[in-house]
Amino acid sequence: MSTRNRPLSPHLDIYRLPLLAIMSITHRITGVGLVIGLFALTWWLCAAANGPEYFSFVQAVFGSFLGKLFLFGWTLALFFHLSHGIRHLLWDSGWGFEIPQAYLSAKVALVAAVALTVIAWIIGLA
Amino acid sequence: MVEFALPANSRVQSGKTHKAPAGAKNVKAFKIYRYDPDSGSNPRLDTFEIDLDHCGPMVLDALLKIKNEIDSTLTFRRSCREGICGSCAMNIDGTNTLACLKPIEDIKGEAKIYPLPHMPVVKDLIPDLTVPYAQLASIKPWMQTQTPPPPDGERLQSPEEREQLDGMWECILCFCCQTSCPSYWWNGDRYLGPAVLLQAARWIHDSRDEMTGERLDALEDPFKLYRCHTIMNCTKTCPKGLNPAKAIGSIKTKLLQRGV
Repeated sequence: MSTRNRPLSPHLDIYRLPLLAIMSITHRITGVGLVIGLFALTWWLCAAANGPEYFSFVQAVFGSFLGKLFLFGWTLALFFHLSHGIRHLLWDSGWGFEIPQAYLSAKVALVAAVALTVIAWIIGLA
Repeated sequence: MVEFALPANSRVQSGKTHKAPAGAKNVKAFKIYRYDPDSGSNPRLDTFEIDLDHCGPMVLDALLKIKNEIDSTLTFRRSCREGICGSCAMNIDGTNTLACLKPIEDIKGEAKIYPLPHMPVVKDLIPDLTVPYAQLASIKPWMQTQTPPPPDGERLQSPEEREQLDGMWECILCFCCQTSCPSYWWNGDRYLGPAVLLQAARWIHDSRDEMTGERLDALEDPFKLYRCHTIMNCTKTCPKGLNPAKAIGSIKTKLLQRGV
């Protein structure tokens, strides 16, 4: 039979992704999320230029429960991407390739992302 | 390209179950990927119940027991049974490793065994490694020189220069890391992958090699080298405890230093 018909062995479904790999894919997903958030920011800025009536409508959208949830997700994505971006800078400088270092930096990045998000919302809502 | 789903001819179907002999007390189920190229049908997952009281300690022992006593058509590569040949690389319990070095007792519940991920399957647990071997050849994994060797002996290296190669020369080319890398899954036709880049680094860092510049030139490419996003599955999975991610980082550093 032709070797072209050989099946492809299973990959993503069967591979047990370690935390390090999950951090990596989350970095990419949050990157995409940040772009979506930028569209929302642009909409908000356009509304401000449009006039007080339309601006108050957009403000109400962002002030609603779903709007706040979206903004919360966006800030979390922002701070995750920031923290994980610093991890990438450390790698680029040559530090952090040993497995214990990689796990340490992953956990620090996770804690930093959550802490910065909470601090931002405490300041924002105060 | 990223394709999460398997092609139609690759989807795994449920297979046969081989029960443990009556009276067996210490039974463990092994679910093993089977593909018979002569059958024309899809791959399947067979279950073999093994009495661990009559089986060696490693996953390779269980595979050999199955082949000897239950189903002689079970097909896999193996040779040294002590982690130096790299033949029995496969995906065991969700992670790529060598069957001969993986203790059965480290696996909780059913032991699932697949071929190395995202590779064409020749039969059962045997992947077609043609592409990674060709990629290895492409980086010219041998010493290249321009000056004539010393007339009275070998090209010498200081102990410090030799130390630079530690953690790289030990690679046995089992391709556990290569096939653990999601970047290699999606771009395996153009990205060289961790095993091949580790070997590239091994020659770049060799003080006796005189083609370092050309080697770096050959790697300066958005796909060959820079599809590495430091996911680190390679280093996590290496059954020899080597660090391809670090070696790839060292190549990126070399390229950066050369550029500034």
